[in-house]
Amino acid sequence: MSWFMRFARSTIGMKVAMAISGLLLFGFVIGHMLGNLQVYIGPSALNHYGAALQGNQGLLWVVRLGLLAILFTHVGSSVALVLRAKAARPQGYRKWQGKVSTYASRTMRVSGPILLLFIIFHLLHLTVGTVHPDLQHCATQATGDLQCFVYQNVDAAFSLDTAGTTMAVQLGIVAFYLVAMLLLGMHLGHGAYSMFRTLGLNSPRYDKVARAFATAVAVLIVVGNCSIPLAVATGLVGAAGGH
Amino acid sequence: MNLTLHVWRQKGPNDPGRFETYPATGISEHMSFLEMLDTVNEKLEAEGKEPIVFEHDCREGICGCCGFMIDGKAHGGQHKTTVCQLHMRSFKDGDELTLEPWRAQAFPVIKDLMVDRSAFDRIIQSGGYVSVRSGSPQDANAILIGKEVADRAFDAAACIGCGACVASCPNAAAMLFTGAKITHLGVLPQGAPERFRRVQAMTTQMDMEGFGYCTNHGECSAYCPKGISLDVIARMNQDLLLAQVVTRDEVRREGGE
Repeated sequence: MSWFMRFARSTIGMKVAMAISGLLLFGFVIGHMLGNLQVYIGPSALNHYGAALQGNQGLLWVVRLGLLAILFTHVGSSVALVLRAKAARPQGYRKWQGKVSTYASRTMRVSGPILLLFIIFHLLHLTVGTVHPDLQHCATQATGDLQCFVYQNVDAAFSLDTAGTTMAVQLGIVAFYLVAMLLLGMHLGHGAYSMFRTLGLNSPRYDKVARAFATAVAVLIVVGNCSIPLAVATGLVGAAGGH
Repeated sequence: MNLTLHVWRQKGPNDPGRFETYPATGISEHMSFLEMLDTVNEKLEAEGKEPIVFEHDCREGICGCCGFMIDGKAHGGQHKTTVCQLHMRSFKDGDELTLEPWRAQAFPVIKDLMVDRSAFDRIIQSGGYVSVRSGSPQDANAILIGKEVADRAFDAAACIGCGACVASCPNAAAMLFTGAKITHLGVLPQGAPERFRRVQAMTTQMDMEGFGYCTNHGECSAYCPKGISLDVIARMNQDLLLAQVVTRDEVRREGGE
C-alpha cells in the first residue's frame, strides 16, 4: 500500500478529506448565495447572471462534475467514518450526558442526509424543473444572445399564488427550503469550526476566532438564503412586488 | 445518606451483562465514591454475593486506574476529578445512580465496571518513546527548553490514560489520548527525532485498535480529569499532515503496512 493510500484510509486521512471537501462545498454555498442575492437588484441582473453561467456549457459541466466529485468525497468519507464510529461502540450506554457538545455537533449525521435530499430536490425544482410549476429554460434569442429566466423561475417557485399548483404545495416547498437552510447553517456552523482542528490549523489562541467565524458565516448563509423564498412568498420580490 | 445504585454486572468479556440494583445505606458524605462502593461490597460479601468489581489503585487521582460512568458522565462529571476523588457530598440523600463501565470496542469489559485498557498501552508501545544516549547522563540543563514549550509538554503529559476521553466521546475515539502523547513528546527537543515516525505509528495503532474518530464535540476534554486540551488533537492532525509532506519515504511507511 502506498503511503498516500495508507494516509487516505486512516481515520485522520478521511477526516482531512471531509474537511477539504467540506471547505470547497462551503465556498460553493457562499458563491451560490451571493449569485442568488442578485434577485434583489432586479430581473435583468439575475437573468444576465444566469445567462453568463449557462453561456459556457463546457465550463459549467466541469464545475458541475467537480462539485459532484467533491460531494461524493464528502458523503463517502462520512459514511465510512460513521460506520467506524458505530463499530467502535457496539454497545451503547443506558445513560449518556453531554457537557459541551452542541445540538449542531450531535446532529451532523442527521442534517447531512437531509441536506443531500434537499440538494436533489433543489436540482429537480430549479434546475431540471420536474417539481416546478412552470420552469422556463434558457433559450437562444433571434439576436444570438442567450436569454435566461432565473428571476421568473424563482418568482414562480416560491409564489403562493402561482398557476399550476396549490397554495398548500407552495407553502410546503417554502417551509422545506427554510428548514433545509437552518440545517445547512447548523451543519456549516459546526463543520467550518471542526475543519480548523481537523486540518491542524486550530490553536487555543485562534479557537474563539474559529468558532466566531464559523458561527458568523453560518448565520449570514441562513439569513441570506432564507430571505429569498420568504421575500418571494410574501410578495416583496417578484411580479407581485411590482417589478 | 442512602442511595440506590443501578450497577452494570458482567461476569466476563463473553457474558452479555445486565443491570442490577443495590441499596447503598449509611453512606457518609465524607466518603469518596470508591469508599462508598467498598461499603456496598462489604455488605454484598457478608450476604455471600459477588462484590462489584471496579479498578482502582492510588485513590489520589494520579494513577488513571479508576473510572466508570456515573449517570452517563465519565468519572461522575465533576470538573478535573477522577472517580476516586469524587466525594459523596456531591450527591443527595435518595439519589439513584446508574454505574456503567467505559463502553468501547477497544476496551473489553473484564468484569463489571472494570475494562481492559491494554489498547492504550499498545498505542504507547508503538511510538511513545524517545531515543536517549546511553552512558553517563548529561547535565539536566544542557538542553535549553523555553518555559512555554515545557508548559505545553507538561500539560499534555498530565494525561493519566484513564480512558474517560474514549468513554465520553460519542464516537469512542482515542484522539485526545493519542494526541496528548504525541504532543507531550513531540514538542520537546528530546522527542523531536521521532516526531513524524511517532505520529504515523501511534495513529496507525490507534486505528488498528478500533477506536472511532474525532467529530470535535469536545466531550473528551470536558470530562478529562486532567483537563487535556483539544489543542492536542489539532497538533496530532498537524503532525500527521506534515509527516505526509516533509518526511522521507521510509518515515511515511513507518508503523506497519
